[in-house]
Amino acid sequence: MNATVAVSPMLLDPYRITRVTEETNDTFTLELSPADGRSRFSYQAGQFNMVYVFGVGEIPISISGDPTVDGVLVHTTRAVGTVTKVMHRMKKGGGLGIRGPYGRPWPMEHAEGADMVIVAGGIGLAPLRPALYHVLSRREKFGKVVLLYGTRSPEDILFRNELELWRSRFDLDVFVTVDHALRPWRGNVGVVTTLIPKAPFDPHSAVAMICGPEVMMRYTALELHKRGVPEYDIFISMERNMECGVGLCGHCQFGPTFVCKDGPVLNYSRVKHLIAKREI
Amino acid sequence: MKQTIDRDGVDHLLGALQKLGYETIGPTIRSGAILYDTIRTTKDLPVGWMDTQGAASYRLTRREDDELFGYVVGPMSLKKFLFPPELRLLSLARTNGTMTVTEPVGSQGGHKRAVLGVRACELAALAIQDKIFLDGPYRDPHYEAERRKLFIIAVNCTTTGGNCFCTSTGTGPAATSGYDLCLTELGASSGHALLVETGTEPGEDLLRSLRAKEATGEELAIARARVESAKLHIGKTLEVEGLREALHSGMDDPRWDNVALRCLSCGNCTQVCPTCFCSTVEDVTDLSGREAHRIRKWDSCFTLDFSYIHGGSVRQSVRARYRQWLLHKLDTWIDQFGMMGCVGCGRCITWCPVGIDITEEASALHQQHAVSLRPSGE
Amino acid sequence: METLEPILAQHPFLQGLDPAMLSLIVGCASNVRYDANQILFEEGDEATQFFIIRSGHVAIEMNVPGRGAVTIQTIGEGEILGWSWLLPPYLWHFTARAAELTRAIALDGTCLRTKCEQDAPLGYELLKRFAHILEGRVESMRLQLLDIYSER
Repeated sequence: MNATVAVSPMLLDPYRITRVTEETNDTFTLELSPADGRSRFSYQAGQFNMVYVFGVGEIPISISGDPTVDGVLVHTTRAVGTVTKVMHRMKKGGGLGIRGPYGRPWPMEHAEGADMVIVAGGIGLAPLRPALYHVLSRREKFGKVVLLYGTRSPEDILFRNELELWRSRFDLDVFVTVDHALRPWRGNVGVVTTLIPKAPFDPHSAVAMICGPEVMMRYTALELHKRGVPEYDIFISMERNMECGVGLCGHCQFGPTFVCKDGPVLNYSRVKHLIAKREI
Repeated sequence: MKQTIDRDGVDHLLGALQKLGYETIGPTIRSGAILYDTIRTTKDLPVGWMDTQGAASYRLTRREDDELFGYVVGPMSLKKFLFPPELRLLSLARTNGTMTVTEPVGSQGGHKRAVLGVRACELAALAIQDKIFLDGPYRDPHYEAERRKLFIIAVNCTTTGGNCFCTSTGTGPAATSGYDLCLTELGASSGHALLVETGTEPGEDLLRSLRAKEATGEELAIARARVESAKLHIGKTLEVEGLREALHSGMDDPRWDNVALRCLSCGNCTQVCPTCFCSTVEDVTDLSGREAHRIRKWDSCFTLDFSYIHGGSVRQSVRARYRQWLLHKLDTWIDQFGMMGCVGCGRCITWCPVGIDITEEASALHQQHAVSLRPSGE
Repeated sequence: METLEPILAQHPFLQGLDPAMLSLIVGCASNVRYDANQILFEEGDEATQFFIIRSGHVAIEMNVPGRGAVTIQTIGEGEILGWSWLLPPYLWHFTARAAELTRAIALDGTCLRTKCEQDAPLGYELLKRFAHILEGRVESMRLQLLDIYSER
């Protein structure tokens, strides 16, 4: 044991909300800065923070901002539970407690030199957005970059303005699909896996990063593998009940993996046998 | 150092520790069981009592002699001192929308506690919890502070509990390390003397202050024989070799459905288990909403909520939750911490209201899915 | 039509087909074009054709009272649209509308059906290939059915 006693990993830093954006009817983005105006923080794409609402609770939220931009912490989340519903009512100036960043990030270095396939389902686009920012800031290090995004309906499309901007770039391919739509929608309708067979990338020299509902990630990984992407080049972002974020409370276990510290980004080849089993 | 003391010597030991500012804790009878609580002298020990343990059964019965330590383990373990069932982690205050942390944990110094009567399996469990709370990328400062101030007087088992299987897990009955002092009761024929072995410098210092006698060869032999005899009476085994492979191939075995019919998912096993470490945090505020506290509490993987993510719990069935507990204890714990999570103390068998036996469940799966590890012909 | 044979021969759907069978199919093929929002066929219409989309895409819609025409799938370039011509009662179960300017090869289902009745091996080949497409569609539909992005 060391001579000094450790600082509690449960200690949090007060942050302030600097901007609130309504993304869709149940999804919102908060931009935050340290309350003391001085603290610095840095993170990598794919990591998350434990976000605390005073007296209500603490939940893990992926960081959805640009890791190359200093000073602003961005979190996008759905208002589905007690804590997020309270968060959804907060305004600019409101205070939140932040601990982090935690977790294994997306394998950006591993992917250099290869094509990159980013497949997002629903809110899964939020933890993948930082990866895309990272890629675009070092565009020359990667081959073809393809973003495949599927969500429920056109009203649920996240970061729509940004998607349209990315789509207009010459060095990025963006394909969007929805599960169902009404007449004004002229884009693809169908599940996101249907975008894989024709997506413009070389499966033998590609790294895939997938994030979305677990069943979507499972089928997407299978479809990518069918196309020829080796399983060890496929990465998913797993979700389990993370409560402490530091591997001490035991809640987020997925087989031997602590999703909070061994993940949430996991190599598909290491978990493919578990992910197909019920109730692990 | 290997020396002998008599019963008064044990009282002197306790007195010396009290003078040094330690709260002396030891086994004592409370609520019909042998629990750890504050003791002053050997009179507080369950002298002449033993614990008869079976599946879903614990009874205190009188021994025919007056041994100080003629029993094995009660429902509690050292876990409750270093990793308490309830602990305030953080207190916060809020004024004008700004929150500040008013009381972080980890800055307190920890209590000086001396625990008498710690068994080999408990020492093994302590080593496991040390690995969990002190050896990872994030450490528990409360555990660390309390751990530093813990003085351990181990006791070698000279008797066996009905549910013990420490010989299978390699964690007993003899205590080999992790203690400051270790006592072995030599019995009436040796005048109720006790062998004292030292494990650390503080242990040596304390023993020196007692002016004990050097242990004779005969006394050492008696001590060894008594501990050996405990081994002979162990009634359960956990076949460890090939167990992991069998559990992996038996993930969908109907045995899990069978145990699910019996298991109440009450979580008793996780409470009494000396290595279980799951916890949750509760948030409480005062009525004004200006003060908030984050309280850590023991949690159990047997609760339905444990694996809750939006949309529902991942492990909805009792089948899945029992499987999670057993696989974690005997299999995935090894991937996570380098050793099995089970120390063979048998508490989970004793305190399970329906008497589910981890060794029986493991054995059933092992037999069904035994994978031959040896090349054919050998 | 001679001009369509090379295009059809290269299409994955017809790849590996015996040249004689391919000629039979080509004999039932013609070029078609639909403007944006033009309806190819309506739910309940007699199913007499199927399409191989060459460019553009087609929205498959179902009419839900109170919600209107809901697009549940889009069929794009290189994909096959329609199998109702093959199985009784030979009626379309959904509406197909060109979502943008779409060019396709239309195959005369009635003509082909007759040929399949007479030439069992041809019929078997076509059924196998359609079964494969249907399998893919069912798998995708299953995922859509799960409504994985919903709150619960």
